[in-house]
Amino acid sequence: MAGGAASGGKAQTDTYKEARTLLLLPSWLVLGFFVLIPVFMMLIYSFLTKEFRGGVIWEFSLAAYDQFFFDRGLFGDDAPSIEWTYINIFWRSIWQAGAATIFALLIGFPTAYFIATRPPNSRQMWVFLVTIPYWVNLLIRTVSMKFLLRDQGPLNDFLMGIGIVDSPIHIINTDFAVQLGLFYSYLPFMVLPIYAAVERYNFSLSEAAADLYASKWQTLRRVLLPAVKPGVIAGCILVFVPSLGSFLAPDLLGGAKNFMIGSLIEEQFKGNAGNWPFGAAASMILLSLVLIVLMLSARQQNKGEGV
Amino acid sequence: MAQAGEDIKNYPGFMPITLFCLVVLYAPLLVVMIYSFNESKSITVWQGLSFKWYVDVFVGPESAKFKEAAINSFSIAIVAALAATAIATSAATGMLRGGSFRGRGFSFGLINLPLIVPEIVTAVATLIFFSAIDFERGYLTILVAHIAFCIPFAYMPIAARMQGIEDTYEQAAMDLYANKTQAFRLVLFPLMLPGIVSGFILAFIISLDDFIITNFVKGAGIETLPTAIFGAVKQGIKPNIMAISTMLLAVSIVMVTISYFVGKSGDKLKQPPGEK
Amino acid sequence: MAIVEDRNIIAVDVQNAVKRYGSFTALKTISLSIKDNEFFTLLGPSGCGKTTLLRIIGGFEELSEGAISLFGDEIAKLPPNKRPINTVFQNYALFPHMTIEENVMFGVEMRGGSKAEARQRASEMLDLVQLTQFASRKPSQLSGGQQQRVALARALAPEPKVLLLDEPLSALDLKLRQAMRYELKEIQRKAGITFIFVTHDQEEALTMSDRIAVMSSGELQQLGTAREIYESPHNTFVADFIGETNLLEVSVDALSGGSATCHLGGGHELICDEVKGVGVGAKVHLSIRPERLTLSDTPMEGASLSGVVRDNIYIGTDIQTIVDLNEGPQMVIRTSNSDRGNKRIFEPRSPVFVNMEKGAARLLAD
Repeated sequence: MAGGAASGGKAQTDTYKEARTLLLLPSWLVLGFFVLIPVFMMLIYSFLTKEFRGGVIWEFSLAAYDQFFFDRGLFGDDAPSIEWTYINIFWRSIWQAGAATIFALLIGFPTAYFIATRPPNSRQMWVFLVTIPYWVNLLIRTVSMKFLLRDQGPLNDFLMGIGIVDSPIHIINTDFAVQLGLFYSYLPFMVLPIYAAVERYNFSLSEAAADLYASKWQTLRRVLLPAVKPGVIAGCILVFVPSLGSFLAPDLLGGAKNFMIGSLIEEQFKGNAGNWPFGAAASMILLSLVLIVLMLSARQQNKGEGV
Repeated sequence: MAQAGEDIKNYPGFMPITLFCLVVLYAPLLVVMIYSFNESKSITVWQGLSFKWYVDVFVGPESAKFKEAAINSFSIAIVAALAATAIATSAATGMLRGGSFRGRGFSFGLINLPLIVPEIVTAVATLIFFSAIDFERGYLTILVAHIAFCIPFAYMPIAARMQGIEDTYEQAAMDLYANKTQAFRLVLFPLMLPGIVSGFILAFIISLDDFIITNFVKGAGIETLPTAIFGAVKQGIKPNIMAISTMLLAVSIVMVTISYFVGKSGDKLKQPPGEK
Repeated sequence: MAIVEDRNIIAVDVQNAVKRYGSFTALKTISLSIKDNEFFTLLGPSGCGKTTLLRIIGGFEELSEGAISLFGDEIAKLPPNKRPINTVFQNYALFPHMTIEENVMFGVEMRGGSKAEARQRASEMLDLVQLTQFASRKPSQLSGGQQQRVALARALAPEPKVLLLDEPLSALDLKLRQAMRYELKEIQRKAGITFIFVTHDQEEALTMSDRIAVMSSGELQQLGTAREIYESPHNTFVADFIGETNLLEVSVDALSGGSATCHLGGGHELICDEVKGVGVGAKVHLSIRPERLTLSDTPMEGASLSGVVRDNIYIGTDIQTIVDLNEGPQMVIRTSNSDRGNKRIFEPRSPVFVNMEKGAARLLAD
């Protein structure tokens, strides 16, 4: 540290500061043009008038948001009352994503903890094993889940084979199937941040707790959990947020009854019901929801650092 | 004593849960892999080992469709991953070797934007964008969208590697009469290479696997493997789909394994010794 | 004659160097001249600015104000790759993807030398640091001490006019560190160029350097040979930082004929050499090295202060005795164990007199 502020060795430095703008320009252009500007255009589209058979008419309109929140009767001239259809779809999405997050936490925490307490050489191998499925096509994973869970599928064959059940359990096209699918899709996201937190945890704290007469479960609850809380929160966010807007799991595993936001949005751009402004408005509401969750968690994490 | 120490770390039940977790993660994939070798046309009954569905993928009635989708998927994945990796390498150098500047936070946010925005929202936004500028949807729109959302995936391993490279290496190079370009080409770039290879591979897999955004921006008449599979699955899961899925799955696993070992193989970056 | 002239050629001349980081001033107007062929050390505690100064000479930091010249040529605006100055970095910064030989060849090639020249020069340098047999290994396959020598060979290979060494020994363990001191000095003699060495280890500085610049909080405290700095410290900081000392608060009672009579409380008086800038009535510090004090049970000629032994501490080569002067401050006396037959060890609580030879005590200007 000799030389204080002057000492080099920091990984973030200014060797190429003259070329900085040039170096960053391609990423600004590509992401600006093809992600940031499109999101703003989506915002604009949500305030336009719908064209039948897809597209928009360039006329300002609040119809999309109005349709989302209010019911004005079949001909649009009744006194407005709250429209529950879409709010319920959002609510169901939150509930499904929340349930998947809880499943992922219940399985993911012990897994992450177990991996983090393996000898250092084998840890990487365990982490690798847990992450491989994430890199397999989400579509294929969801299709595989559907194949496994079918009434005549291998899972039911297996359960009937060992005599746990007499007739197939009906899982496909239930809420539970969707939760299971979401859980399966994003489970590695729960494991990784918790693993990182536990790996950094100083186990002499647990020893100190044990020395002060805490039982193992008291140690877990009172000492370990508070210490790794940021990792747990990060894991929950990483499962909850993508689950909320997911399309494949509800579409392939949930069937027509178990609609979620993703399917609602997709329908506006694909099916004949095509209503682009409404789809854009629903996307904006989903995006806002996600940003609120991220902001709340960021605040929570910042608070945690002060302790 | 050692055992008592170990005991504090171990909770009963955590190991079985971990094994259960791995079973849950792998069982569906294994089941599909096994059934892709099923002789039977019915997906419910096992009738013995056979490669006939793999043969069917290549020469069967749907082979032309699959071949075209595969060419689209792989060519898009290669080009998108190359472009995203180049852009991400350049951006990482600017972010981590460009000193502090106003807009650094914004730049970081922009690079990670595709990770923050839900995929379906990016899909909708991109569709609206191309529609608004009246750009015909097809191969090119898929490619451009893929380049954009692959950037953060390429950026992550590259930036992580770069963060581990102390700037004293570049300083040493310049102290030894290298100019900045030589310092980059001869020292920084070779040291970053494992990160760059990992970044390319991850971007490649992400592009190859993408369904949602592709589905929105592809337009009629063009398919990639995931959209073709999705279309087919809507009619029911057939054995040839399981064969094609198994092959795609194998590509992903092989690529990610390569990426893992490349990441581990890089020259060990020396930890700063002593009190630093 | 030629040799005398050589001695006075200035290699690096730093004039009124100032370095600011925002509102923090790391260097406060430093001027010093480093001679050709000199082993020059910048010594000081963490954060004193010594590394900043070294990095400015190397070209890794820009001066806020002031000038530096190298053999008369202004270099302050030159980037590092345009300065015939090389650095041995604190963590060596050996390129991990190159072999030892490629590392040593790098600078020669970048300077425009051919592959063959670079290879030739690398083999000479590896020979100099006795690592020829490791030429084709990677840095990670070498021990810390070997890496250190490779870093030295790499920095010397392009034949710089000045070599900068940034705490190069700090990462080594104690035994190796001590061995490397002599090796470094030997290599400097063979290479025949100026070495500018940064360290916070005073023993390192004292054993290796021709001259030492002691720095603290961005200022140059004293510049001199090891002996000058140890025996005639200019101020409290230098006296305290270099070696062990008794620092006593005194007031100056009288000055006469180059001597100052000082009062240190409890009626104790001392006579020492007059120092510029200290007048009658001044309240200043006085430094007396513990090894220059002796103990006796009767007062001796010259300064002899009465006190009571508090404790004896055995530290191998010496015994350290702590004495409470009567109604005065505490002092530490070191008695060498080498010829203990002549000396008495006084038990705690026994009354003693603390004696010193003339010139042992030194007044400090601030």
